[in-house]
Amino acid sequence: MADLREQITIAPDGAPPDMQPAWRQDFPIDWPQDLYVERRDFMKFMVLTSAAFTLGQLWIGAQNWYRKRTAQPPVQRIASVDEVAVGASIGFAYPNEFEPCLLVRLTTSEFVAFGQKCTHLSCAVIPRPTEGSFYCPCHEGRFDLRTGVPLAGPPRRPLTRIVLDVRGRDIYAVGVEERTT
Amino acid sequence: MSAPARRPFSREQRLTIIQGMLIFVLIVVVLQLWLLTATMNAWLGGDESLVWPAAAASAAGLALNVGLFVYLTRLERTRRGAA
Repeated sequence: MADLREQITIAPDGAPPDMQPAWRQDFPIDWPQDLYVERRDFMKFMVLTSAAFTLGQLWIGAQNWYRKRTAQPPVQRIASVDEVAVGASIGFAYPNEFEPCLLVRLTTSEFVAFGQKCTHLSCAVIPRPTEGSFYCPCHEGRFDLRTGVPLAGPPRRPLTRIVLDVRGRDIYAVGVEERTT
Repeated sequence: MSAPARRPFSREQRLTIIQGMLIFVLIVVVLQLWLLTATMNAWLGGDESLVWPAAAASAAGLALNVGLFVYLTRLERTRRGAA
């Protein structure tokens, strides 16, 4: 601390630093005071950052409340069984026009549907049935064609699964399933 | 019997105090950042159970930081009152 004292500049009136007016204490010309003021201002900024993170948490809570409040997704006809060949896929929007999805026919009796937005940064994934995967061209992400689970690249969460119901010759979307694993 | 006058901290003491406070605030802010990303990831994955406990924990962190900030302003007032 002796070093700090040596760095204190004497104010023009010769009075000690603690006796100086506030403006001179806030715009110091000596290092110890400068260090104090810069740490104080940085701390203020960090408290503001802390408030921003808390607001973010509350925003998630508000979005959660809104999500729970909205009604269950509607039952929506996607296509007829005959319209999708084995290994082929068709696009549709569910539960609203802003949510693109893909319906894939794995075998003659197996259908799967997933949201088309990559869980990394929402790029549109492309089905590659021959490779058994969905491919995201933005960052080389890959998801399993059968389960939607991430296989490679930056995505960590599975694709949103669309719950299907085959009624007669028609395929219906009846629900949305978000997953973490 | 009158209360003893409050002696303001010296410059060196104030510097040490604010360094300690700053380190504490930084740790809390880093924890809040981690909490926010973890909550967002869980919520986007459909797990809603974390949302409000995480918000409460983040608010508690903010309360600690604001408390320290209030202490800092009091410290400054004591100093300026002494000047």
